[in-house]
Amino acid sequence: MEAKKTPLYDKHVQAGGKIVEFAGYLLPVQYQTGVIKEHMAVRTACGLFDVSHMGEITVKGKDAVRFLNHLLTNDYTVMEDGQARYSPMCNPEGGVVDDLIVYKVKEDDYFIVVNAANKDKDFAWIRANVLGDVVVEDISESIAQLALQGPKAEEILKKLTSEDQIPTGYYTANFNGTVAGYKAIISRTGYTGEDGFELYVSPEAAPVLWDKLLETGVEEGLIPCGLGARDTLRLEAAMPLYGHEMNDEITPRTAGLGTFVKMQKEEFIGKEALERLGKPTCRRVGLKVTGKGIAREHQDVYADGRKIGVTTSGTHSPYLKYPIAMAIVEDAYRAVGTQVEVDVRGRRVAAEVVKLPFYKKA
Amino acid sequence: MNFPKDLQYTRTHEWIRYQGDSAYIGITDYAQDQLGDLVFVNLPEEGDELMAGEPFADVESVKAVSDVNAPVTGVVEEVNEELADAPEAMNEDPYEAWFVKVGEISATVELMDAEAYEAFVAEEE
Repeated sequence: MEAKKTPLYDKHVQAGGKIVEFAGYLLPVQYQTGVIKEHMAVRTACGLFDVSHMGEITVKGKDAVRFLNHLLTNDYTVMEDGQARYSPMCNPEGGVVDDLIVYKVKEDDYFIVVNAANKDKDFAWIRANVLGDVVVEDISESIAQLALQGPKAEEILKKLTSEDQIPTGYYTANFNGTVAGYKAIISRTGYTGEDGFELYVSPEAAPVLWDKLLETGVEEGLIPCGLGARDTLRLEAAMPLYGHEMNDEITPRTAGLGTFVKMQKEEFIGKEALERLGKPTCRRVGLKVTGKGIAREHQDVYADGRKIGVTTSGTHSPYLKYPIAMAIVEDAYRAVGTQVEVDVRGRRVAAEVVKLPFYKKA
Repeated sequence: MNFPKDLQYTRTHEWIRYQGDSAYIGITDYAQDQLGDLVFVNLPEEGDELMAGEPFADVESVKAVSDVNAPVTGVVEEVNEELADAPEAMNEDPYEAWFVKVGEISATVELMDAEAYEAFVAEEE
């Protein structure tokens, strides 16, 4: 299948973005500024990302809440209009089909954002499990998404919309917003560990808004950022990425997402399996590499002369300036301060279990 | 993109600068541009033998690891330990950021002069 272009593809090429294929889309891994500068712009000022590859699915109907509570591990019973709530979506074995964010637009009307790489799988899964009176629709093709992230994000956004349109609470959204005259869902969410917004707009509006935002944010230090910085930012913030920290076989609790699994709910897909499995024997931890080398994903972790786990993501942290990784290790080795080794392409490199997240905004 | 005339180049984007019977080796401007911000380098040790065309070091950008191949067969006489402490030098000044000085050179891979390498890179683009 040929890779798709987002509505912002031409903008990325014009700006000197290095284009790669990701989840079936042609997207910039970085611009000429480079991953480190892009990363630091988000930590200290502001960055703009094209995340139009993400999938959007609507669930509407009088049984929408009941259906979401059946489909997802989190509890959607009590929610305000405009509120967002994260959840893993499990299979009957307790593994994770995907992780996603559900927004309540209004009563019986929900908006779900899923990972690009999983959107076809998710849509099929959601449709196959429909219960009661609900209509499920994949509206991904009609939506583009821009993420404006960083401590200066609000200041920049204020110049293009009225202040009362900007949601004040983290994980809340305004479904009737306008930005620079274009209709937009303004959501105070992100995948960077910073304050910021995700703007859902029409594919036609996206390129105009992209330029407008970059132009408006020059003073604040806004620059476009690619997938490389998106990954290093989420890793520092210890935000899990599907296919790394979780997958069809890794349960939410193993991935450290137990707080998003509401076992007291009457039922949901995967509940029986999760009850049967009980306390996980392995958990996600953070590793700070203290030796020489950079741990990457899928590298074995050793302690006491044997393999005790495997890394799920790893990189050089641009903010902390040392290599960090997340790993799933045996329970006995998850205490902060535990000394381990990572097999970095045949070399054993020393690392230490540290508290997650690696980075937390002030 | 910079292609100094006094160097020779490999198809895998390393440069070599001969000095008497020895030679300095590093990665090219094109290589560093393709790799992006470099944050780590794994260097061989003094006395290690290099095999022409075989990896002898690796460099890591924020995103990925890449092998660096030896343009020549020889023995490592000197290692640029400063590079390990400041890998960003490979981005800033790739032709000064040498990895190793090699002696006892007995074989080489196919090397290009600056002009040929520039044309080679243009084709890769």
